[in-house]
Order: sequence, then C-alpha cells, then structure tokens
Amino acid sequence: MSDPEHLSETVTAALREAPAGEGGSARRMTLNMGPQHPSTHGVLRVMLELEGETIHTARLDIGFLHTGIEKEFEVKTWQQGVPLTDRVDYLACLSNNLCYALAIEKLLELEIPPKAQWMRVMLVELTRLNSHLVWLGTHALDVGAMSVFLYCMREREDILRIFEAFSGQRLMTSYIRIGGLALEPPRGWDQAVRRFIDAFPSKVDEYESLLTRNPIWLERTRGVAVVPVADLLDLGVTGPCIRAAGIGWDIRKSEPYSSYDKFDFEVPVAAEGDVYARYQVRVEEMRQSARIVKQALEGMPEGPWQADAPHVVLPDREKMKTQMEALIYHFKIVTEGFLVPQGEVYQTVESPRGELGYYVVSDGTARPFRVHMRTPSFGNLQGLPAMIEGRLLADTIAAMGSLDFVLGDVDR
Amino acid sequence: MIQDTEIVDAARIVEFCQSLKDQGFERLASVTAVDRHPAEPRFEVVYHIHSIEHNQRRRLKCRIPSTPAEIDSVVSVWRSANWYEREVFDLFGISFRAHPDLRRIMLPDDWDGHPLRKDYPVHGHRYSYKDEEGAG
Repeated sequence: MSDPEHLSETVTAALREAPAGEGGSARRMTLNMGPQHPSTHGVLRVMLELEGETIHTARLDIGFLHTGIEKEFEVKTWQQGVPLTDRVDYLACLSNNLCYALAIEKLLELEIPPKAQWMRVMLVELTRLNSHLVWLGTHALDVGAMSVFLYCMREREDILRIFEAFSGQRLMTSYIRIGGLALEPPRGWDQAVRRFIDAFPSKVDEYESLLTRNPIWLERTRGVAVVPVADLLDLGVTGPCIRAAGIGWDIRKSEPYSSYDKFDFEVPVAAEGDVYARYQVRVEEMRQSARIVKQALEGMPEGPWQADAPHVVLPDREKMKTQMEALIYHFKIVTEGFLVPQGEVYQTVESPRGELGYYVVSDGTARPFRVHMRTPSFGNLQGLPAMIEGRLLADTIAAMGSLDFVLGDVDR
Repeated sequence: MIQDTEIVDAARIVEFCQSLKDQGFERLASVTAVDRHPAEPRFEVVYHIHSIEHNQRRRLKCRIPSTPAEIDSVVSVWRSANWYEREVFDLFGISFRAHPDLRRIMLPDDWDGHPLRKDYPVHGHRYSYKDEEGAG
C-alpha cells in the first residue's frame, strides 16, 4: 500500500467506481498552488485540476518576477550589462557572468590569459556547489527531511565567504568581467579555497548518510516524475534532469569553454529518470565539481588575470593615477564604453541547472543591440506538467524540487 | 560553436524544421526575435537548434514584415517551442499561426504593447491593471 504508484491507482480506481454525481467533471476540483507557496521557492502559480488526490491536468502561470532584463541590456554599455546577468539566476551568478563575458569576448576576439580562465572555472564550479547545496537543502526540506537543510547551509556559508573575499559580494558577485576578472584574486585565496575543498567531500558523505538510504526519502522520490527521455528533450529540459534519464550530455564536455578540456572529471549519468536519480546525479556532480576545484587550485597558472586589451579592460588604479594613457583609457571606458564589432553569437555554458545560452547581437556600437538569455529554468519548468499529471498531489512537491528551477531565471 | 546563420523562408519554416528534426536535431534550444525597427522586414525570428548526437548547433533566421507580424508555429515539431513562442508573442507582438495556446506569458493579459520592440520606451511607461479600475 505504501508504494505511491499503487496508491495512486487505488485512488483513481476508487474515484471511477464512485457513483457519478453530475458526470465526470463534477468530481474534479481546481486547486491553485501559489503564486505564494513555500515549495515553489519564488513566485510560481500551478493550477491543478484534481480528481481526489490525483492530478488530472496541471497548468503553469509564470511571469511574476519578470523584470525586463533583456530590455535593460539595450540601454547599458556592454560592461554595465554584467551586473544584470547576476540578477537572472541568483544562485548561479558567476555562471551567468561567465556566459555573457564569453559571448562578448568572442565578438571582440579577445584572448583570455590562462590564469583568468582557470580562475573562472574554479569559481563557476564553486557556484555549482553553492547552487546544488541550496537545491539539496530546500528539496529535502520540502519532502520532509529538515536537518539536511542546516548541513547544506553550513557549507554554503563557506562558499559565500569565499565569494565575498574575491569580489566583495556574497551573492551578486559580478566578478567575471569582459576581458578577465573584476579584481585581482585576494591574498590568501588559495588557503581559503583549499580549506573548504579538502573538507567538502566528507560533508557530501554526511548529506548522503542522511538521505541516500533513508526509507522516507526513497519512498518519496523513487519512481516519481518519470518521463521518457525523448519527451524531456522535446519539452526543452536540460542539465541534471536529462543526465538522470540516461543521456550523458554536458556542455562542459561537448563544447568545452574556458579550458574545461584541461580538467579531468566525469559526467554522472543515471538511468531511471526519477526524482531519486536526479538526486544521485546532482550529489555525484558535487563530488566532481570538488575534483575540478581541486585541480584548478593545484594547477593554477601564473600570469595576468586580465586580457591585454586596454580599450576593454579597466586599467590598474595605480597606473590610472600616474600614467596619462591609462587615464585616457579609463575615462573612455567609463564614459562611453567600448565598441563591439558587428555580429551575433550564441554562447552556451553548463549552468548548475542545464543549458544556459546568451544570444548577443551587436550592431557595432557601445551598447548591445539585443541580448537574449536562454535560461535553463525556463526550459526545465516546461517539463513539469508532463511529470506530475496522473500522479498524486504530494508528488508535485518532489517533482518541483527535483527540477531545481529558480523563478528569477524563468521570468527574467 | 555556431556563428553563421541560415536564412530560411518564413513560409517554409515548419517544413524546414521538421526535416532537421528528422536528421537528428532533437532539441530546440531557443526561439527569440530581433527588432530591426525602422527597417523592413522589421523582425527576425531566430531559432537555435541542437543535436546532442552529432554535437552540432544551427541557427535559423526568418525575416518577417511588421504587418502582418506572423509566422507559422513550430510547436508541432518541438513541443518546447510552446513557451518560447509565447514569450516572443508577448514581448515582440509576433503571432505564431497554429500555436495551441498563444497567450501572454510574462506580462499580465491586459498589458498594452510589446516591451522588446525598439519603439517601446524603456522608462516612464504608465500602466494600470484592469482589476484596479473601479475596485476603488
């Protein structure tokens, strides 16, 4: 009886046998989940049509957090666009910074020095850890395992402190800029990262000891929200949800950027495609990210952390105050920005949630003509109705958690 | 990584996409648009498609005029186009023929105008919700 699939069948069968009142539709109830609901982690409205506890149809209403970021880009200079990218997905700010910077660097044909590339990889992987920790904590909390949240937030705090040391900001870092990094990495950054990353794998063991064989967790997640992988691809789902359904597609491997090809890591894949498989994939991704951070730490190249492009990259403060040329460049970049050659580019990175793509069109001026963000959460959320229709209401919570969407990323 | 763009005749977009899907492009990564106002044809509808198997991406572009700003929907080819096209409809005012559920997606239903059009102001837009009128 405890098997959710079985339970769902029993409920549906009982409904079918119930004496018909005024026809089938009279027994259906419409339930509005949200726009304010703790398990949506943002503002999402799910309109559920229920037959008893079984979901007949699910419709989604989004857009509550739409802030017109794409329009805003068009009135900012290229460099001023970087803080906007932070505000799209507030759990993966650096992934967004990176994707935007890579797109424009491609248009500018800028060569990024190895140290900046490696530093970017390290920070983006820390971002992945940050995002996965928030996902794991809140997902487990929604499903009823409260203590995991506290453990995850403990490690997340360490990551945020590292971000703060690098950029002065905990969340909206804007640390990856066009042409390199915003600031020189702080003194002692390597010790801070090393201290964290040496301890981290054992912390993942701790989370796993709370969940992986926890019978309640297994009951709530196994066999839930399974959709054939062809349908997932057709619906626009990307990232860990696809990898949990048996497709080992990861943009870091298939279209390497920022020297990812120089790192040794594996792409975790699971076959079942249920909520539990997504959990397994993300937990393994955390271990792999920790490996990448460690490699970046140990093999960090020496050299400059910004491109040799004085017309794009702000000059050193010292030089700006002592050298005429640096002062002129500083003045030009701050007042009118820099020109980006005419063209268009679609740059993708593997964000913690899946394919993040920036489609950037330049008309050769100092401001973007058009920036479109293909955000992973928007695509992933489209797969939700297929995952929950025909299942129990309670599975909605588990399914939503497993998709790991950020509403800011959906609505932009 | 793709940089080149294929210009596709807007009347043939569904047919063209279907043939690409049959060649293994199982994913539609995004649909978006670019407003070239005041040039004509005004809009470019841009499709990014992807094949995981061949590790290949392609960018298709259709040019359509300001009136009628219409193009056939590709929902019949990739279901993910549903929301992507609704977003373009909402923010650019481009209609997708034969779309199963063409409604605004980001903005309220009674919103006036399409913000990503170049002739839509960035600041100073006045708005009021229908519900607020008479609610006093």
